[in-house]
Amino acid sequence: MPAAPLSLLWVVPALPLLGFAVNGTLALGRPGAKGAVSIVGVGTLALAFAASAFAVIEFAKLHAAAPLVFPYWEWLPVGELQVGFALQLDQLSAVMILVVTGVGALIHVFSIGYMHEDPGYARYFAYLNLFVFFMLILVLGANFPVMFVGWEGVGLCSYLLIGFWFNERINADAGRKAFIVNRIGDFGFLVAMLLIFWRIGSLDFGPVFARAPAAFAPGSAVVTAITLFLFLGCTGKSAQIPLYTWLPDAMQGPTPVSALIHAATMVTAGVYLVARCGVLFALSPLGSAAVAGVGALTALFAATIALKQWDIKRVLAYSTISQLGYMFIGVGTGAYAAGIFHLATHAFFKALLFLGSGSVIHAMHRAYHATHAHDDAQDMRNMGGLARHLPWTAGLMWIATLAIAGIPPFAGFFSKDEILGAAFAEAEVRPLWYVFWAMGMAAALLTAFYMTRLMRYTFHGPNRTGDREREHLREAPWMMTAPLVVLGALTVLGGGLNVPRLFGGGAFLEHWLEPVTSAAARLHPVVDTARTTEWALVVAAVLVAALGMFAAFRLLRPAALVPARLAPAETGLARLLWKKWYVDELYDAIVVRPIVWISREVLWKIVDARMVDGLLVNGSAAVSRALGWMGSRLQTGEVGSYVMLFVIGVLAVLGAAVR
Amino acid sequence: MLLEPSLTVSAVLFTLGVAGVLLRRNAIVIFMCVELMLNAVNLTFVALAQQLGVAGQIFVFFVMAVAAAEAAVGLAILLAIYRHRQTLNLQNINLLKG
Repeated sequence: MPAAPLSLLWVVPALPLLGFAVNGTLALGRPGAKGAVSIVGVGTLALAFAASAFAVIEFAKLHAAAPLVFPYWEWLPVGELQVGFALQLDQLSAVMILVVTGVGALIHVFSIGYMHEDPGYARYFAYLNLFVFFMLILVLGANFPVMFVGWEGVGLCSYLLIGFWFNERINADAGRKAFIVNRIGDFGFLVAMLLIFWRIGSLDFGPVFARAPAAFAPGSAVVTAITLFLFLGCTGKSAQIPLYTWLPDAMQGPTPVSALIHAATMVTAGVYLVARCGVLFALSPLGSAAVAGVGALTALFAATIALKQWDIKRVLAYSTISQLGYMFIGVGTGAYAAGIFHLATHAFFKALLFLGSGSVIHAMHRAYHATHAHDDAQDMRNMGGLARHLPWTAGLMWIATLAIAGIPPFAGFFSKDEILGAAFAEAEVRPLWYVFWAMGMAAALLTAFYMTRLMRYTFHGPNRTGDREREHLREAPWMMTAPLVVLGALTVLGGGLNVPRLFGGGAFLEHWLEPVTSAAARLHPVVDTARTTEWALVVAAVLVAALGMFAAFRLLRPAALVPARLAPAETGLARLLWKKWYVDELYDAIVVRPIVWISREVLWKIVDARMVDGLLVNGSAAVSRALGWMGSRLQTGEVGSYVMLFVIGVLAVLGAAVR
Repeated sequence: MLLEPSLTVSAVLFTLGVAGVLLRRNAIVIFMCVELMLNAVNLTFVALAQQLGVAGQIFVFFVMAVAAAEAAVGLAILLAIYRHRQTLNLQNINLLKG
């Protein structure tokens, strides 16, 4: 029986739910009560973080080898299918709840400043709290259906928050796009769940992963199908090829939302899912190769697009997609600790980058607001030289940039290096991984380049905001910079979580996650490489990152930029990248338009108008009208004929009765 | 006992009534034929009451009461129709049709 204080694990998700209930009520009743909303919104998150920390500390004391499962009530008892509402705490969930509540709390604090002038303040915090609740359910669920509730719930909150300013068409469309694209992935998740139940007869994590090695032959068709369908779910939620297109559009939401949902937490759910189902992926070489391959492809592809985006948040969005690709290389390789490590460090530095960009946009927006200008506050061509006006933001974002580029000793260096090292080691067994590794290295080069480009265009060189606007540019209030400072500290120190043995570290996270990953590692052992190879890889990775940054300093000319409204159209390859390889247009042509055409020309004009309305509705009306007309012919108005019929009827009844 | 002749007479009367209702055109004549049918039934009741108990005789009173009410209402309707249409020939009173 688990320790008594830990059975209160439900408190962790319940706190944000309480926050949602209170803030939701305030949003409906007294939307102006901003003080109360802030206290409730941030307070519940801070308490949830404290509760998570307490739970994790208690859990660490147990040195548990198996997950602690807390069944709270029976949920779906249907014949063989017995699904309880159960939460589980293991080493993996522990990492996740700390990241979710910790980064979440910081972003909530930032939101107080960022959203303060917004009339939908209470509604915003209600959604944000609801999101954290669902995210915690997702990572704490002890079976697939509970996890799926969280999975769907975060999708709902993502939709609500992307379309938060729904009175503009483009925002509402972006929200819908995210929701619909995610639906495709959710279909995969659902099919995978059905397949698992069909073959194993249970949906609880414990029994499924315990029985899977016996139930499935390695590489069998069913387990491959399960992993591929699960991964389809991941591509939707974690924005991988081919379902990544919703994430850049999701930047229409408020910037703290982009930081929390679309960088730090929700989009990493797919990585969490693959790590959680490591046993299944270890059983399917094809499934894990698909994960790593799609991850590598996405990492490289998204990085190319990020090279030529002008919207500061879009650069970060494509960067997020690219970094998620890295995580999938990690978990697809079987290096779950590396993948989760990158998940955590990415949560720190990407949240910092997004909040930093939020701080920039906030300043730009206020400057344009002060002079009633209508320029784009997110376009880097309108920025430049902001380091003079926002020194804190600039400094902290530089730290995050060094981290994401993979410059030691910042957090991103350790995690990215570990993933690439694991991929290179795996290549000794499966040569395909050399390709994935090379793609990862190329993506690292591009990452260093586009992040340096973003920093130089935004913070350095001449200012292009406008002469009258310039004097209104200033740093955001401390409420917004304080979370940046904390995230900056985490970005600097986060690598310490898992310093590899190569650098004399203890690889803490790897050991911590061992009870979770060991089952998968037994099926698919992690390959070790020689120390000299590892050193060579580290040096290569750092050189590549340095080369990317150097190239960005040498090749780019911030001085030559002109404000967005004066800028000439892009041409050639630049236009191709700026237009995101025309993938949206391609999807529009091969998926959206055919569906719209079939819906309009076939489903509406033929099936609905002709068959349903014409045949079924009007047809049945015509039949009953004809029958009615025939019946009305009997009503002659001649009493004599009525009586005749009546008598004949009576005689017939009597005749039948007598006989 | 006169059961069999009584039933025969009532059957004949009833058939005459039915025939009258079926064949005649004048509303008042049809009305009278309906009365004839009612009284044929009354005769049956009374005849059978000899053997089956007093209930049949009591029923006759009910039938008479209903017939009286029917006569009052029916004749009033006929009078109204006649005032309206100047005829009681049912072949001409056929407005209520499909």
